[in-house]
Amino acid sequence: MEIKHLVHMANQIADFFKSYPEAEAIEGVATHIRQFWDPRMRAQLAKHFEAGGDGLNAISLAAAKRLLQKASTP
Amino acid sequence: MAAPFDMDFGTPAVPGADTVTLEVDGIKVTVPAGTSVMRASSLAGVRVPKLCATDTLEPFGSCRLCLVEIEGRKGTPASCTTPVEPGMKVATQTDRLARLRRGVMELYISDHPLDCLTCAANGDCELQDMAGAVGLREVRYGFEGENHLKASIDESNPYFTFDPSKCIVCSRCVRACEEQQGTFALTIDGRGFASHVSAGMNEDFLASECVSCGACVKACPTATLMEKSVIQMGQPERQVLTTCAYCGVGCAFVAELQGDKVVRMTPHKDGKANHGHSCVKGRFAWGYATHKDRITSPMIRASIQDPWREVSWDEAIAHTASEFRRIQSKYGKSAIGGITSSRCTNEETFLVQKMIRAAFGNNNVDTCARVCHSPTGYGLKTTFGTSAGTQNFDSVQNADVILVIGANPTDAHPVFASQMKRRLREGARLIVIDPRRIDLVRMPHVEAQHHLQLLPGTNVAIINAISHVIAAEGLTDQAFINERCDAAEFARWREFILRPENAPEAVAATTGVPAEEIRAAARLYATGGNAAIYYGLGVTEHSQGTTMVMGMANLAMATGNLGRPGVGVNPLRGQNNVQGACDMGSFPHEFSGYRHVSDGATRALFEAAWGVPLDAEPGLRIPNMFDAALEGSYMGIYVQGEDIVQSDPNTHHVTAALSAMECVVVQDLFLNETASYAHVFLPGASFLEKDGTFTNAERRISRVRRATRPLAGMADWEVTMALSTALGYPMHYAHPSEIMDEIARLTPTFTGVSYDLLDREGSVQWPCNDAAPEGTPVMHIGGFARGKGRFMITEYVPTHERTGPRFPLILTTGRILTQYNVGAQSRRTQNNVWHAEDVLEIHPFDAENRGIRDGDKVSVMSRTGETVLSAQVSERMQPGVVYTTFHHPESAANVITTEYSDWATNCPEYKVTAVEVRPSNAWSQWQAEAEEFRKKSHTIAPAAE
Repeated sequence: MEIKHLVHMANQIADFFKSYPEAEAIEGVATHIRQFWDPRMRAQLAKHFEAGGDGLNAISLAAAKRLLQKASTP
Repeated sequence: MAAPFDMDFGTPAVPGADTVTLEVDGIKVTVPAGTSVMRASSLAGVRVPKLCATDTLEPFGSCRLCLVEIEGRKGTPASCTTPVEPGMKVATQTDRLARLRRGVMELYISDHPLDCLTCAANGDCELQDMAGAVGLREVRYGFEGENHLKASIDESNPYFTFDPSKCIVCSRCVRACEEQQGTFALTIDGRGFASHVSAGMNEDFLASECVSCGACVKACPTATLMEKSVIQMGQPERQVLTTCAYCGVGCAFVAELQGDKVVRMTPHKDGKANHGHSCVKGRFAWGYATHKDRITSPMIRASIQDPWREVSWDEAIAHTASEFRRIQSKYGKSAIGGITSSRCTNEETFLVQKMIRAAFGNNNVDTCARVCHSPTGYGLKTTFGTSAGTQNFDSVQNADVILVIGANPTDAHPVFASQMKRRLREGARLIVIDPRRIDLVRMPHVEAQHHLQLLPGTNVAIINAISHVIAAEGLTDQAFINERCDAAEFARWREFILRPENAPEAVAATTGVPAEEIRAAARLYATGGNAAIYYGLGVTEHSQGTTMVMGMANLAMATGNLGRPGVGVNPLRGQNNVQGACDMGSFPHEFSGYRHVSDGATRALFEAAWGVPLDAEPGLRIPNMFDAALEGSYMGIYVQGEDIVQSDPNTHHVTAALSAMECVVVQDLFLNETASYAHVFLPGASFLEKDGTFTNAERRISRVRRATRPLAGMADWEVTMALSTALGYPMHYAHPSEIMDEIARLTPTFTGVSYDLLDREGSVQWPCNDAAPEGTPVMHIGGFARGKGRFMITEYVPTHERTGPRFPLILTTGRILTQYNVGAQSRRTQNNVWHAEDVLEIHPFDAENRGIRDGDKVSVMSRTGETVLSAQVSERMQPGVVYTTFHHPESAANVITTEYSDWATNCPEYKVTAVEVRPSNAWSQWQAEAEEFRKKSHTIAPAAE
């Protein structure tokens, strides 16, 4: 999938949650992506994050990090 | 013919607990106070002769045939307009009454053709019946005097004729048009002997305002208004009670047949969604079911460049299973998936998602709700706890303020719109929020108090501003909030909504709506009594569709407009079974009953029932499927009853994705646009050809009953069973009722649902379980499904789709009364008389600036594509906004829509596309190429000798 499309989607989700306190917003975005994105989409986002996360806004960047951390937690 | 489903009691039922006991011809009967003597007689089993009365209309008292004698009273009152009284003694048959009735009938018949044997209504004519009932044996006046027998017949309407020579001027048609439909297209023109039924200003029916709902035809007691199908075929000889397969209103219909042929469809009086009313689509536009375009043999081909080859069901199923397994072995288990149909039954969608989860082994299942009301499911579940509307349709009769947002009920949900208009005529007040001046804004006897004609894409700004006014002016229902809602979430929302950026004055420029108009609408909603929100795709099909749904939920909670009749948040869902498709677990992240696939307990329940391990990860949504296909990780799809090429946004992207796949399987009635890209075609069965259930927009589960044989030999549920079995996951259901039993076992909101219950009750609204054994008309009474109602912060975020010098106009799309969705059904009927092509509505100012006149061909260009269609210059539009429908594949509205979508659900932003419009004199390149490809791709190879 085109990464710019996934970045746009993640940023859109972050735009919704940005009115919430930061920690809640980050968790909200991460939870949403975990619940509704197919694993291959999440894997691509994670790969993009590890490559620097170009284009991701601050909240979606933090959410991608959160997803990666949770994925690596046994 | 005798109509066992629709006995006529003469006048409508009267609600109320108080009863009155009287005697009719010596028979004691107890009825609700206010009931007419005629209805009481019917309930006592005594039929009083009548002509102008019918129990779907208010009594009129004009025909003078239903006269009765009442002990202690002078004269012979009309039983239809005389209310019962305690102890009343009524005689319906006396010598005097017989003489009077015979005299009345004699006058009627003296000006009526005596062609009963060749009349289309022979056997179904109340005038004929009454002549027999009163014992008419002669007409002393002769037939030579002045009469109407040579009046010419109006055959302009494609579905019914109007023969004034047979009219008895009983006014039933006029009253049906007023009371049931609310169009006021008919009147009695002239006086005395010259009085006659007139459509519009003495126009023919087709030229008048008539919307062809068929109410007048059903009400007519003679052959004056008669279905052309009955004239052609004769009277039906059997009936099957079923449910309409058009919009989300889900009208109950009686299919009337001769053998295996439908003669007519008549709305069922006891249908709880439609109460005997219908629209032009359900009533008349059913001819598609036997249209010559129906494909009745399975077909396969190696490449989409090849002609189709007809094969046996066995070969088609085996080939499909083999291809899907080949793709999975090559690309992985997740490389295939499917789309369930919102036009198929609950049982069929349940089976398709079951096959995908259990036989495909993944969760790559989605449904067309993705592109319409998926934000409704997400938004209402988040705020209230249930992914569905809160009310039944009848609730509107208790509404004092009706707020219609982004919906056009008179076109898209016409039967419910008639109910809404009735309430508005009774005095309820109306607020319309819509970029277009839809008909409801001002029509006969209906006028909106406020029309907030906002710019497309600014819904959230408007709803926030309305809530801002209500919060700032102290108009919230604090007692309701304190008792029913999460206090912390409310406090947070209140702080947000009171921010200056949400004030009407702050959003006026963005939305294009004057601040005072927003304030006035907000005050009316908050203080006008029971306030009900009805909304459609003008809410959901935006990049902030889900936010808007939450915004409306916030508004309803803040004002306490939930949990009782007359209020609520009500999605007007598009397709006949889109609610059901969602309920049945058609989304990639959840099982039936909206339970997430990652929930271990739910998954264990399904794994135990289905005997296979199930994937805990969400699958791909439809737009994600397209992206994955282009990336090479998704290579096979099973599409049941859905034309994604025509209905989904950015057609180039959709067709590129399908072209990249190795096996596209389409199951449909017709070779649709998606079938052009398919390798396997499995013939579908129309709603007339199978058993099952549909669930309408008010959560009402209604039976669909098989009226005719499946033309292709198998109903859709049988095809899915065969495919699943061929994939190595056998399914064995003898009847759809067994599928419903499985749904009930696995779905908490359906545990009480069974075919026995549906046959007994007619229909039932979920939740239907131990807590609500007869269903739930109104939800969230006393508490929300999630416990406390959750206010959500709904910040307005403008869409990324922007107008500019190259694309200065905003295109928004929608529907029209006479066509339905992609038009696969309605285009194959005579409804094309009204809408033969999609047109572009454009404001005179924008048209003049571009040198465009009404009817000109115009090119509509966006960042994604170009199409050409005819212009309709219309002041319904506001300057800067243009509008079209997507019913015809040739005009291809979705070639120009974009892939911008709702943040939460990926529901496409059909309602906002930046475009430019210019005069044109030729099809666009895409249209020319698509037409050629369509012809080639729909070619069927001649059968081998």
